[in-house]
Amino acid sequence: MSAFSAIGEEREIDREEYTPAIEPQPTWCPGCGDFGVLKSLKQALPEVGRSPDETLLVTGIGCSGKLNSYLDSYGFHTIHGRSLPVARAAKLANPDLEVIAAGGDGDGYGIGGNHFMHTARENHDMTYIVFNNEIFGLTKGQTSPTSPKGHKSKTQPHGSAKTPIRPLSLSLTSGASFVARTAAVNPNQARDILAQAMEHDGFAHIDFLTQCPTWNKDARQYVPYTDINESDDYDFDPTDRAEAQRLMRETEDKLYEGEVLTGVYYREDDRPSYGQEKRDIGEMPDEALAERYFDDDYEWERSYDMFIDKHK
Amino acid sequence: MADNELIWRIAGGSGDGIASTSQNFAKALMRAGLHVFTHRHYPSRIRGGHTYVEVRASADPVKSRGDGYNFLLALGDSFARNPQDEAYYGNEEIKPLSENLDELREGGVIIYDEGLVDTDDIPDFDERVEENDWHVYPLDLRGLAREQGREVMRNTAGVGATCAITGIKLEWIEELMRDAMPEKILEPNLEILETAYDSVQEEYDTDAPDIDLPEGEHDEDQLLMSGSDAIAYGAIDEGCRFIAGYPMTPWTEVFTIMSKNLPELGGISEQVEDEIAAAALAIGASHAGAKAMSGSSGGGFALMGEPLGLAEMTETPLVLIEAMRAGPSTGMPTKPEQADLEHVLYTSQGDSQRVVFAPGTVQEAYDHARKAFEVAYDYQIPTIVLYDQKLSGELTNVPESHFDRDPNPGMGKTLTEAELEDQPHTDDGQFHRFQHDVEDGVTPRSVPGQKGGRYLATGNEHNPAGHIAEAPDNRIAQMDRRSQKLAAIRENLDSDSLLSEHGPDEADYGILTFGSQQGTVEEAVDRLNDGGTSVKLLTVGELMPYPREQVAEFIESVDEVLVVEMNASAQFRGLTQKELGQYGEKLSSLLKYNGNPFEPREIVEGFETNIVAGEGDSPDHQTKFVPPAEDAGASAAGD
Repeated sequence: MSAFSAIGEEREIDREEYTPAIEPQPTWCPGCGDFGVLKSLKQALPEVGRSPDETLLVTGIGCSGKLNSYLDSYGFHTIHGRSLPVARAAKLANPDLEVIAAGGDGDGYGIGGNHFMHTARENHDMTYIVFNNEIFGLTKGQTSPTSPKGHKSKTQPHGSAKTPIRPLSLSLTSGASFVARTAAVNPNQARDILAQAMEHDGFAHIDFLTQCPTWNKDARQYVPYTDINESDDYDFDPTDRAEAQRLMRETEDKLYEGEVLTGVYYREDDRPSYGQEKRDIGEMPDEALAERYFDDDYEWERSYDMFIDKHK
Repeated sequence: MADNELIWRIAGGSGDGIASTSQNFAKALMRAGLHVFTHRHYPSRIRGGHTYVEVRASADPVKSRGDGYNFLLALGDSFARNPQDEAYYGNEEIKPLSENLDELREGGVIIYDEGLVDTDDIPDFDERVEENDWHVYPLDLRGLAREQGREVMRNTAGVGATCAITGIKLEWIEELMRDAMPEKILEPNLEILETAYDSVQEEYDTDAPDIDLPEGEHDEDQLLMSGSDAIAYGAIDEGCRFIAGYPMTPWTEVFTIMSKNLPELGGISEQVEDEIAAAALAIGASHAGAKAMSGSSGGGFALMGEPLGLAEMTETPLVLIEAMRAGPSTGMPTKPEQADLEHVLYTSQGDSQRVVFAPGTVQEAYDHARKAFEVAYDYQIPTIVLYDQKLSGELTNVPESHFDRDPNPGMGKTLTEAELEDQPHTDDGQFHRFQHDVEDGVTPRSVPGQKGGRYLATGNEHNPAGHIAEAPDNRIAQMDRRSQKLAAIRENLDSDSLLSEHGPDEADYGILTFGSQQGTVEEAVDRLNDGGTSVKLLTVGELMPYPREQVAEFIESVDEVLVVEMNASAQFRGLTQKELGQYGEKLSSLLKYNGNPFEPREIVEGFETNIVAGEGDSPDHQTKFVPPAEDAGASAAGD
């Protein structure tokens, strides 16, 4: 019997279950795109049948990190840039959990960029939401890795000399098996994409455009947007890596020209997740490791019986 | 040789099979009933360089490297670079012989590979041989090995020659080779072992050196083990089934042993992108309900500072290993030092707290690793096992029975779903994971996936349900509760089991040390007492919380105390003064930071010249004496 009865429980889940009574109202600025992430997540979770007690939401630091405070589930609000390594280990220790990681563009593409690359490469079965507002919000408006070239801020008074990072291309190249972009202004698409991401068996990365009305007033509100999966202008197959690559590049360029493209860019459904790869080579148990510590009948191995002989 | 011990040094280049050969040699002698201890010296280099391993064997227990050594097997460095006029490294090919002569005792034996080493290239070689009464056996080890088809077997030829001179029975070595070598290479190795043995017997007077292998017998079955082996086994026996790491010398050893063994135990090992990730993964796994660990050496541990604080603040059980090597920065990667003490005690922002253990022996490495898990999971606090390149690599015989223990997969106050029902929750069901008033400051935890256990873990200050909260009263309550845990550990931990006393009960003088110096200082203390100096030793294995009472009592009981440690800034003495707030005038230091561990005689001489005779260091010492200084508090109080 599982020690975690919340997992896999068959029941109807109401989206209001995800609203914590202790902190029902977020402190984000009026008009902030982060509201859109919260709302679509509250819609997508019941849709995929995951309850608050079987969901672990792991966040980084920044306005985005506050998501944990406003979504009632198991939560781990970590440190700046480190949501991914915490999240993926939790998933390895208990693969039956629904693990979602979230953070901002500075958190994920800047300070945590190394983890992003490697988590994508390893294809951990989890969803990663990057709140991309092209700015550092909580520290009051500094230039971020996705800020456009020439972006002026108190830390880049003469305008940024740096070309912005290409989050979608980077994700694909690193090895993510599901890559999408959505925007807070498009809640229906966001909900759909989040649900697909959670159901995807592998690393699903969503670059979520979240407008910042306070510190990034110059930036567009990400409207109008085009859904590349729906638009007749784009005849495109998201399982084709080369096409995805080309379209991602176009999308990244166009964002800075004022045109917002969104949708699922790439998905590779037949690639085994990292957990599966590890199980296949005998480096991970079939049953969740976390269960073992609650199993009173488990016969714990002793080093004395297993490994001592070679020292004789 | 009058000594009742053999200290056999096998020297060559990295890649010449020094480590495996010496390990087999040590194990053979252990099986033959002797006590053994190995000391390893190697450069941070894949191939070539000045590398040796010493195997010290005696009928009596040995717990340290010796003073110098008495038997050299110089293989020649087969990966040596070509000497060039301007190059600082000179003629590397001869170094396995030339670099090892200074420490070879009078009357000692030299076997060298004349296939690689020409003694004409070594200044004053013949004179030194005569002066020191060394017995020299030039053998064409390479030639012998070539005849058998594989040049690397020079080391086996050297062992055969060693046996012929010392009287070690060939069958002891052969038995081990049969256990350790794959069939394909076994036969030629056996062949070369015997050929070398016979040729030395035939061509030389093997009785000339006064070296007889001591005879001994063990009371019980023994194992040949390193501190790294023992730490890994301790972790396994505590139910640790998750490790994450990034390679760094010498931490890599524990990481490797765990990675090799965990799959067999249904555990998980993760080699990750950096040490920040490594510590963060251990936290994630622990949070999700596994017993988990990570670790590194100084440089990698520096990257773990922030995750360490996160574990403390979220009260996620976490065990880290810190295997010290010589710093600062990259320092000397393969050389031992104890200079990360303050780094480990104080890193991470804020009033962060952790528990730090420092094993002094292989048995303690096992015990302290177990204790580290026990404390981490019982008190939901990060614990660190601090050891070093010395204890990680030294092999010694330990009684098998020490490891015949029950496993402990317990996770302290981790609740089941049934237990969770009786715990306080918010009205809509968030579990009060961080309650204010609880015994010993330890508040019960749930695990994600449990019904009714959900809460928010955060590095921000938080209220009982885990939500970010900056209200002053809650802040004080949470800070005080977390601090209470360290106080409870201080109260409840059996500190006596983490302290080790040696020498007479009553003595004029004291020596205080910590961690891996234990064995060497114990040998020095025995010699000092044999020589009429009344001195006793206290080795401290628990650095945080510091065992104030016991150390103060020890210092009170003697006239003067010498603090022995392997670093340049007397960090352990500083810690002792900080913790005790007094005794500054009674504490002096003997330091060593040249990359090599203390020899017992260095401590004996340091003690006699500096403490007993009150003279300064002699200029040829590689150790440094630092006299007593006032306590910081004492002078301030005098103003």
